Amino acid sequence: MERIKNLNKTTRSHIITFAIVIVAFVVMQALIAAHAVSHSIIGLLVPICAYVCMSISLNLVVGISGELSLGHAGFMSVGAFSGLVVASSLNTSINSAPLCLFVSIVIAGLFAAIAGLLVGLPVMRLRGDYLAIVTLAFGEIIKNLLNNLYVGMDNKGLHFSMKSVQALGMEGGKMLIEGPKGAVGIPQLSTFVAGFILILFTLFVVLNLIGSRTGRAIMAVRDNRIAAESVGINVTKYRLIAFVVSAALAGMAGALYAMNFSSIAPKKFDFNTSILVLVFVVLGGMGNIRGGMVAAAVLTVLPEQLRFIGDYRMLIYSVVLIGVMIVTNNPKIQRALEDFKGRFRRRGNKAAQAVDSLEGGVSDE
Amino acid sequence: MSRDATETKESQGAATTEKSANTIMAEKDEQGTVGPKTKMVPVPSDSIVPERDVNQSPVLECRHLGIDFGGLRAVDDFNMMIGRTEIAGLIGPNGAGKTTVFNLLTKVYNPTRGTILLDGVDTAGMDTARVSKTGIARTFQNIRLFDSLTVEENVRIGLHNQIKCGMWSGMFRLPRHWASEREFHNKSLELLDVFHMAGNANDIAGSLPYGAQRRLEIVRALATNPKLLLLDEPAAGMNPSETAELMETIVRIRDEFKIAILLIEHDMDLVMGICEGIAVLNFGKIIAKGTPKDIQNDTQVIEAYLGKQDDAGDGE
Repeated sequence: MERIKNLNKTTRSHIITFAIVIVAFVVMQALIAAHAVSHSIIGLLVPICAYVCMSISLNLVVGISGELSLGHAGFMSVGAFSGLVVASSLNTSINSAPLCLFVSIVIAGLFAAIAGLLVGLPVMRLRGDYLAIVTLAFGEIIKNLLNNLYVGMDNKGLHFSMKSVQALGMEGGKMLIEGPKGAVGIPQLSTFVAGFILILFTLFVVLNLIGSRTGRAIMAVRDNRIAAESVGINVTKYRLIAFVVSAALAGMAGALYAMNFSSIAPKKFDFNTSILVLVFVVLGGMGNIRGGMVAAAVLTVLPEQLRFIGDYRMLIYSVVLIGVMIVTNNPKIQRALEDFKGRFRRRGNKAAQAVDSLEGGVSDE
Repeated sequence: MSRDATETKESQGAATTEKSANTIMAEKDEQGTVGPKTKMVPVPSDSIVPERDVNQSPVLECRHLGIDFGGLRAVDDFNMMIGRTEIAGLIGPNGAGKTTVFNLLTKVYNPTRGTILLDGVDTAGMDTARVSKTGIARTFQNIRLFDSLTVEENVRIGLHNQIKCGMWSGMFRLPRHWASEREFHNKSLELLDVFHMAGNANDIAGSLPYGAQRRLEIVRALATNPKLLLLDEPAAGMNPSETAELMETIVRIRDEFKIAILLIEHDMDLVMGICEGIAVLNFGKIIAKGTPKDIQNDTQVIEAYLGKQDDAGDGE
């Protein structure tokens, strides 16, 4: 009976999280069908999905593993560019667009995971501010490597170069990635439905991971590294697992994001993007996945909706940010919220207990 | 000064540990298996173990253990042997190096000198996690729980190496995950029951009262299935009745789990009440070893705690 109660609590919370995503998706689809949303919002749907995934995946590192990573956009770009190379090269051989998107997102995740592992191995020797600094540096390194990456495709297959277009030695064919100019002529395969499915997948992976033996070890390292070591947990291994899984999910989100546009340049995934994703996580509450998702959606829409005030929009944007931080940290407002929650919970608890006792009775038999 | 102490104890120790691995080694050496040019050094065998454990190899053996922090010899020439089911005590004035010894045993610090044999295995080159897997568990002087997690999760983390379940089965909820979670749950409740804490399983560990946090730390340490349990001031901050209860529990843990326990404690009622062998540490060196009775009557120990009776000769 105790077990059922405990299980119910976490499962209930998970179900609510999934329900929010599904309801938001259904409502959005209904609004689109009723022509009640503007074109600018429809154009933002896929980026919102990508950023929501980014927010969930960074939450795994910042909130669950407790490490400040400032290079998350780097993994997003690794996923973006590897994903679109795969998509471009498969576009002719795979007719079904969703399948092509699926394959390229999976491969994008793989490449980002490899990048995460390569960065993580040295970085996970550090902690705290030093880790933040080094992840920042690796984010920039990835961006600069991609700035010098030239990929082209002709009849012979794919050509890679880190020098120039000429060095590719192409015979006709087309360019996929042109160094700092980035990729042009990307097959725009991303759809809102694909984004929705990717959010569900990311949520599924992250929430399951948190609730498993591996996730507990990750949180143990976050809460008290020395105690975690003393009960036999390999600290580096579990920090690395969180980092690599997060990088893989970021890469998938990157591929989704890139294939929403016809062209994309490496400088899109710079330090500012890393910070933007970090802001989602911090604003939503570190470790609070639901909050991070909402923050990602709101903060992606907000600058676009503020376009009508022209130059002042970034000013308003930052004022809103500061406002939210102050309001959520105000003890009075917090107390009022707690009271409200407490009242709600007490009522909910009674109902839950009634259900539990019923279920307990059944399971005991 | 401590040299004298070791020598006086040597005869006693040798008598009680005739069959210890250490003495057997020494005998072999004397039979001439080693070349004649080898310089022979006496091996200190000042160890004592309970009589019932004398036929089994000791769970812990420290030889000449020492660590320096810069120029400071925090621990020096620390020799200790703990029997399979012994409750041993490590006492000494503040700053004597007791917790440093714990940190050496669990490899939080790497010893500058000496050897630690845990269950006959040399722990040189192991890290804290590996030593834990070899069979040592500890609690901390300043409580170190996983504060934001529940009581049960804390114990589950303690069980981490006892029940296996890979990352993929956890991530994709394969059958292995569910089986292991059931096992985790049952075992952790079983362990919590040792301290009658099963009712608190869903409370957040950080919100528990102080005494309960200390008990939870012991449960978490027990969950790692240790052969030797190190308790760093388990009775700190407890009232006399809680301490009495704790004493009973410690003995019960030893009897039920059949493990050895080494504890640091300032509460002399507890130490003298349950410890079988006691070592006294002062300025990083062992100044006395023996039964509670020996320790209570040892002049050096009294001096270390209360100072010399004659103040005039304090100059050196």
